[in-house]
Amino acid sequence: MSANNSKTNGEPDGTDPAISARGLVRKFGNFTAVNDVSFTVARGEIFGFLGPNGSGKTTVIKMLTGLLPLSGGEASVEGLNVRTDAERVRERIGYMSQNFSLYPDLSVKENLTFYGRVYGLSPDRLKKRMDDVIQMNGLEPYLDRLGAQLSGGWKQRLALGCAMLHEPKLLFLDEPTAGIDPVARRQLWDLLFELSGHGITFFVTTHYMDEAERCSHVAYIYYAKLIADGTPNSLRELPDVTPQGTMRVEITTPEVTRALKIARQIQGIRSATIFGQSIHALIDDHFNLEDLREQLQKQGITVAEIRPLAPSLEDVFVELTRKNQNNQSEAVRA
Amino acid sequence: MRDIFRGFGAVFYKETLHVRRDFGTLFFSLIIPLLQMLLLGYGIDTNIRQINTVVFNADGRRESRELLDRLKNSDTFHLVRYVNTDHEMNEMIIAGKARVGIKIPVDYSDKLLHKMSAQVLVLIDGSDSSVAGQAINVTTSIGLDESLRRVLVNNETFAVDMRPKLLFNPDSRSPNFFLPGLTAILLLNVTTFLTAFSIVREKERGTLEQLFVTPVRPMGLLLGKLLPYLVIGFFELCMILTFMRFAFHVPIHGSAILLAFLSLPYIFVSLSLGILISSKANSQSEAMQLAFLTILPSIFFSGYIFPRETMPRIFYVISYFVPASYFINITRGVILRGAGITHLWIDALALFAMGTFLLVIAARRFQNKVIMA
Repeated sequence: MSANNSKTNGEPDGTDPAISARGLVRKFGNFTAVNDVSFTVARGEIFGFLGPNGSGKTTVIKMLTGLLPLSGGEASVEGLNVRTDAERVRERIGYMSQNFSLYPDLSVKENLTFYGRVYGLSPDRLKKRMDDVIQMNGLEPYLDRLGAQLSGGWKQRLALGCAMLHEPKLLFLDEPTAGIDPVARRQLWDLLFELSGHGITFFVTTHYMDEAERCSHVAYIYYAKLIADGTPNSLRELPDVTPQGTMRVEITTPEVTRALKIARQIQGIRSATIFGQSIHALIDDHFNLEDLREQLQKQGITVAEIRPLAPSLEDVFVELTRKNQNNQSEAVRA
Repeated sequence: MRDIFRGFGAVFYKETLHVRRDFGTLFFSLIIPLLQMLLLGYGIDTNIRQINTVVFNADGRRESRELLDRLKNSDTFHLVRYVNTDHEMNEMIIAGKARVGIKIPVDYSDKLLHKMSAQVLVLIDGSDSSVAGQAINVTTSIGLDESLRRVLVNNETFAVDMRPKLLFNPDSRSPNFFLPGLTAILLLNVTTFLTAFSIVREKERGTLEQLFVTPVRPMGLLLGKLLPYLVIGFFELCMILTFMRFAFHVPIHGSAILLAFLSLPYIFVSLSLGILISSKANSQSEAMQLAFLTILPSIFFSGYIFPRETMPRIFYVISYFVPASYFINITRGVILRGAGITHLWIDALALFAMGTFLLVIAARRFQNKVIMA
């Protein structure tokens, strides 16, 4: 009944952003878990929210879903203020928690029925939505299987199915791919892109950099503070990531470990890290790539290829984190 | 502010599925109280009989033997040994082989014949007050009786003749008194755990957090969880009562239907208590400890063992806050005294009020917890 009402209530008219957070603060006693975090998520985006464990990702989700009151700042979700309208916010969003919280002693069908009823779907609508969700997530063959007997990937699909039964326009997925196999991970992302094509907004937290690269919008939270916010490409172009007068190169060599040791001693190489069969290095941009090759070969390193490289999101976050740490330690000294 | 019971139907549906899926475990937990009743019902006899007694009969003549026979026939004393010295008698008592020592002095018969007062020494082990009390009562009344018999000549009767009559439980059968109270304790034991575990399990699995992100309201959640277990608790009560009636032959003097009906508010209180516990406990073992904390006061302050009226004032006041007090009043009332609704409605109402109070507190705690988690 509530879902039908939402249109006639008429307040959120579809022009508001899916999420708008202004200066979010959350304190637990003396500890500040979220410190002045602001961002906006437009409708239909896949918003990747990244950060190390304990940096405040889940706390932000809990604040946006009305599970935790804000200690400061303002947030609106689907045009509704989370401070004053938490219950209506909950009707409009879907949420999938870190551990795919399902009932292991209930079958797939029963889990879905339960969540459908929780959202107050009428029997007809419930039946239709269940058919849609079952088809979309490919749950057909497992309808009578108990939750406990599903593998990680299927649990996650069922959890996603439960979270979207009531046709939310915004879904929060808290580490949806933690602990599932790569195939299921790929399939989930395919599904997210498909749904996002239908105008559904996703708020996804993750640790995987390749997943971050797939998002249309990413933000990085580091110890309670948001230190990056933008599209993956705009972040790659941030001046902080590739400082003035430097460039990134990839050096491909069969002897990466020895090459790294040597590379780090060469004048003009600011930093270097191993990536599989190659080294990613940040070098002064007046450095001639041929000179670099010669210097390495002089030390007995066979160099297959050296080529300029755009920074990956991982580079971006490593650089921003390092810069942030420096700022913090300076602040402490001052 | 729309529907404060929102989500009730969905949670009720899900909870009945949990119960059906795991009926084996549940049934087992319902059988245990019956076994406990079996043990306690046969094991506990509050009537004191056959107290081990040691005798030092220094007199040994007919009058002294008659006195000993009367003591023996009272069914209170069991003469385990005859000794010949004070020292032996004392040793028997200290060793715990006898709880009562009776010494008849050497001049007992002589004094009686000369119409003098004959003394008999009764040594009683005071470490168990109920045994000691019974021994004192029986020995003094036999002494009094003996004296009167000797004073009253021929067919004279007692000036005052007390005629005690036991109502409701004429044979003083222990189970009749004991099992109606035990019913309250066993029922509390099972039902509190049912709801406490059901919610704590959801906390452990993380499904509770998931539910809080849906529009389900705390009251809807809690009532949806409570109702299926109310049915199970009622079923359990019927089993216990049937067992009491037919295995222990405790007659139900009042209406069994009334008793069943009046038990609903009590089951409601103990389920609500379980829910309140689950709002505090984060694991099943924590819930178990908290539940045990509530069970001891129910045993000691409810009148189940010690009569409430004789408790020190402070504990008497406390007993008013123990739900089992009211329910024991109801069970003993209906089962033993044949009391009706006019006598017991106030107890039922008190239980219902307590249950509602606990449930509202729990709902508020969950509302805040959502917000703290």
